[in-house]
Amino acid sequence: MAPERDIEIELRLLIEAIYLKYDYDFRDYSGASLKRRVRHALVQFECQTVSALQERILHDPNAFMQLLQYLTIPVSEMFRDPGYFLALREQVVPLLRTYPSVKIWVAGCSTGEEVYSLAILLREEGLLERSIIYATDINPRSLEKAERGIYPLEAIQGFTNNYQKAGGRQALSDYYTAAYDGALFDKSLRAQVTFADHSLATDSVFSETQLVSCRNVLIYFNKTLQDRAFGLFHESLCHRGFLGLGSKESLDFSSFARAFEPVSKHERIFRKR
Amino acid sequence: MLGGSAGGVTALLCLLETLPADYRLPVVMLLHLPDDRHSELAQVFQRRLALRVKEAEGGETLQPACVYVAPPGYHLLIEQDRSFSLSREAPQHHSRPSIDVLFESAADAYGAALAAVLLTGANQDGAAGLAAVKARGGLTIVQDPTDAQVPTMPEAALALHTPDYVLALPDLRALLKELDKSPC
Ligand SMILES: C[S@@+](CC[C@H](N)C(=O)[O-])C[C@H]1O[C@@H](n2cnc3c(N)ncnc32)[C@H](O)[C@@H]1O
Repeated sequence: MAPERDIEIELRLLIEAIYLKYDYDFRDYSGASLKRRVRHALVQFECQTVSALQERILHDPNAFMQLLQYLTIPVSEMFRDPGYFLALREQVVPLLRTYPSVKIWVAGCSTGEEVYSLAILLREEGLLERSIIYATDINPRSLEKAERGIYPLEAIQGFTNNYQKAGGRQALSDYYTAAYDGALFDKSLRAQVTFADHSLATDSVFSETQLVSCRNVLIYFNKTLQDRAFGLFHESLCHRGFLGLGSKESLDFSSFARAFEPVSKHERIFRKR
Repeated sequence: MLGGSAGGVTALLCLLETLPADYRLPVVMLLHLPDDRHSELAQVFQRRLALRVKEAEGGETLQPACVYVAPPGYHLLIEQDRSFSLSREAPQHHSRPSIDVLFESAADAYGAALAAVLLTGANQDGAAGLAAVKARGGLTIVQDPTDAQVPTMPEAALALHTPDYVLALPDLRALLKELDKSPC
């Protein structure tokens, strides 16, 4: 195994190469976890060194797309942390109702589970028809899966439990049909959804919104990049708009701590001051 | 850094209970527990320890005189600047948080200034992590399998590398106190 210092150098070069060649900016991601994922990729790519991996991805866009699957951690669940969705339903939806139309941004939507969860919630609250959901991510393969809305049947039991704990008013099975070896979610749920490639690291705000939900994305960013993302959310949110984060994410260490007030501290839902 | 699994609560309480409130080294403890039982862990320990206990948060810098508890459902890592980060990557050895993940990243961040302790447990997590600590010059300690409530985890570690110490809890406890006195 190469000495540690060499790996650090190679990693920086790899990240730089990815940025220069493909415009994906991982320079301000948390290093420890990024390193782990690259190490993992080395084994899968059968590369001896990070430099060898760099050579591969520089000359082969398909290989880069494959590497992106390791770098982005495309894992999600429907109604993940049910308490969050319950709090949205009880504390945020009543206020969203006061707007003639509602725009929602799901940043880092991955394979779409969070988007369908929100769509179901909004439908049950009678809000979906006048909502527009922007679902964004940097991983095109995840976005494709999100648009398809097919999830493995093995995952459905967990989703169903979450849905019930999240205050679901029906049966989750009302929203999907079993297809192939997966559950295909009703396409009317995504009639109001626009899926788009958008990076919190390099792109800018594209619309005014009333709610931003960005969960389990910021944990992978360092403070600089977290602040950039919070800046985008702050700019996108309307006066008194809502921001929902993942269960272990907070504004505490950011320069936007004072720009938001908690709605539910426990569920990490905030409101623009 | 201390990692444990089955039987780990008792072992960790025994080790940390007698550490004084001004123990200088930051302590990080990771236990495999079901997510729901895990949530009160920091409170349970706080009631019994003189040291301050808190759940580790992403972005937080490690401070002396504090015991950090790894939160449930996430991997806990240490960054180069000696702050925590969290990750939702797949479980390792069916464990999230995983001891391997914590130890490997801590080895990178602390090098020779790290002491890693692997306690009782029923799986293989931690063995590779401990070897990584050793490879970076850190101090490695494994609970004596005969002293462990469940010996699988210590045994797995011993099969992979020879730690600096193999100790029963009372000796391990004394060693932890000693460590704080050594310059680092
Ligand atoms: C762990 S998933 C979270 C999925 C979902 N939000 C949830 O909580 O279940 C993290 C997602 O963030 C995306 N991501 C990573 N960096 C990003 C960036 N700079 N901009 C937007 N999305 C990003 C990844 O592609 C990945 O799909």
